[in-house]
Amino acid sequence: MGVAVAVDGLQKSYDTVEAVKGVSFSIEEGEVFALLGPNGAGKTSIVEILEGYRKRSAGTVEVLGMDPEKGSRRLKERIGIVLQESTTEPYLTVEEVLRQRTFWYPRPSNVDDVIGLVGLEEKRRARLRTLSGGQQRRLDLALGLIGNPDLIFLDEPTTGFDPSARRASWVIIRNLCSLGKTVLLTTHYMDEAQHLANRVAVIAGGVFVAEGTPDSLGGRNQAAANIRFSLPEGITLQDLPVPARPDKVAGEVVIDTQEPTAALARLTGWAVERHLELAGLTVTRPSLEDVYLELAGDAAERASQNAMKATT
Amino acid sequence: MTNDLELLGRQVGWEQRSYWRNPAAAGFSFVFPILIMVIFATTNGNGKIAELGNISYTQYYIPAIVAFGIMGVTFTNLAITVTFKREAGTLKRVRGAPLPAWIYLGGLIGNSVVVGILLTAIVIAFGVIAYGVSIPGNIAALIVTLAIGAACFCAMGLAVTTVVPNADAAPAIVNLLFFPLLFISGTFFPISKGSVLTKIAGVFPVRHFITGTFAAFDPHARSSMRGGDLLVMVAWGAVALLVASRRFRWEPSTK
Repeated sequence: MGVAVAVDGLQKSYDTVEAVKGVSFSIEEGEVFALLGPNGAGKTSIVEILEGYRKRSAGTVEVLGMDPEKGSRRLKERIGIVLQESTTEPYLTVEEVLRQRTFWYPRPSNVDDVIGLVGLEEKRRARLRTLSGGQQRRLDLALGLIGNPDLIFLDEPTTGFDPSARRASWVIIRNLCSLGKTVLLTTHYMDEAQHLANRVAVIAGGVFVAEGTPDSLGGRNQAAANIRFSLPEGITLQDLPVPARPDKVAGEVVIDTQEPTAALARLTGWAVERHLELAGLTVTRPSLEDVYLELAGDAAERASQNAMKATT
Repeated sequence: MTNDLELLGRQVGWEQRSYWRNPAAAGFSFVFPILIMVIFATTNGNGKIAELGNISYTQYYIPAIVAFGIMGVTFTNLAITVTFKREAGTLKRVRGAPLPAWIYLGGLIGNSVVVGILLTAIVIAFGVIAYGVSIPGNIAALIVTLAIGAACFCAMGLAVTTVVPNADAAPAIVNLLFFPLLFISGTFFPISKGSVLTKIAGVFPVRHFITGTFAAFDPHARSSMRGGDLLVMVAWGAVALLVASRRFRWEPSTK
């Protein structure tokens, strides 16, 4: 397995704004890598540098062994770009615009296969101006695939979709992954990264605040589990067999534990002996969303504190 | 290189398909000059122009419409189409694809040239058949003049996109630059030679394209090739090309 993308110490400034402040990562061939972060975190800057649209301010970047800044035709022949916003030729049909693109690439995909993959069979003879927003996005995906690329950039592929359209797109993107393509995905949807990516990097304020598999991100697999329930009448926190804390907002008590199985056994054993019912009993781990919000939130807070310091 | 030329040919083909299906483009730049020609020729068909040695009105008017048609499909059409494609993100997408930029733009320019040739043939054929217009001058000189004019106005069309901020402003800005010049340059009726308007118009290439084209139709002309007119167009074209190559944008302005 080779390395598809290698980024080291990447920085990007626009005038006075530092959008990317020293980011390093690499993507293996065949991997689906998600860049996750809120709007303005620097995702698009990073991706557009890798795609060759922007020049970096510092650092080294290699995409399929080449420097994207040089804009070589050889590199462009091997990547597929799905942009956030793009319309193409309003007066050509789906089939025509894809067929046109096959002449641009040395080893293009089959037009029918690509139309089938994105599910636009019924629209193949429709002019692009007649497509709905969702169909347009599927066409964007098709245009990214028509060159039979080794590496695909998906920039927020489902932004603005309704839930069922998002699910449908995920199936399509999963299919891509099964073809062995390397995918770099940007998104601000947690569940999207969780469904699609092998590896996720959370970016906030121009730096990576966490990187890992969706399961382990931010130490999620080691994080304390929460056991929650409502305190039965006449029982105080001190009566419980395991240490607990009150959650006043929810009106419940919470047990934070690294060993939820043992803690739960002691708790329930204790309750059953006393014929007590623990209303609303649940065990949860922090969701990826919780981790993400915490990471992105911390970074935003630090940034605003720094800004305050700078102004005072 | 042969592959690239073949690719260029294909791009022109796709742009042709797109053009004829687009009622705004085909309507404005192709049908409009023909319509203007029919209306003007019908209302002024029997008139004579004393100032140009008593030639018939159509003998002057047909070459002026030929120049007008070519300017419309090169300057106006190219400027508006390219601005629209830039603002819609099409140019950005092309930039990320392996198709070389010159082939993409070449496809758009080639489309303008094809439409321009067709329009020229129709207008001249109409003039010759319906109004007895003749071409006493040298046809080769006429073709050279038209080619230089087309090249000049293609370059100006690309250059003007660099000052158009967004798609909404494109038709307004382009026509605001173009139409006043058309009028003072004698496109729709001859302008007397010594007037202030003529002096102003003389600075810009529109008037030179019209008088240059008229040379081959002018029975009193000494030469069918007016070097001064060609020189002005080449100069404007060169400056436009310089501006376009320095300042051309591939990305939408809203970002």
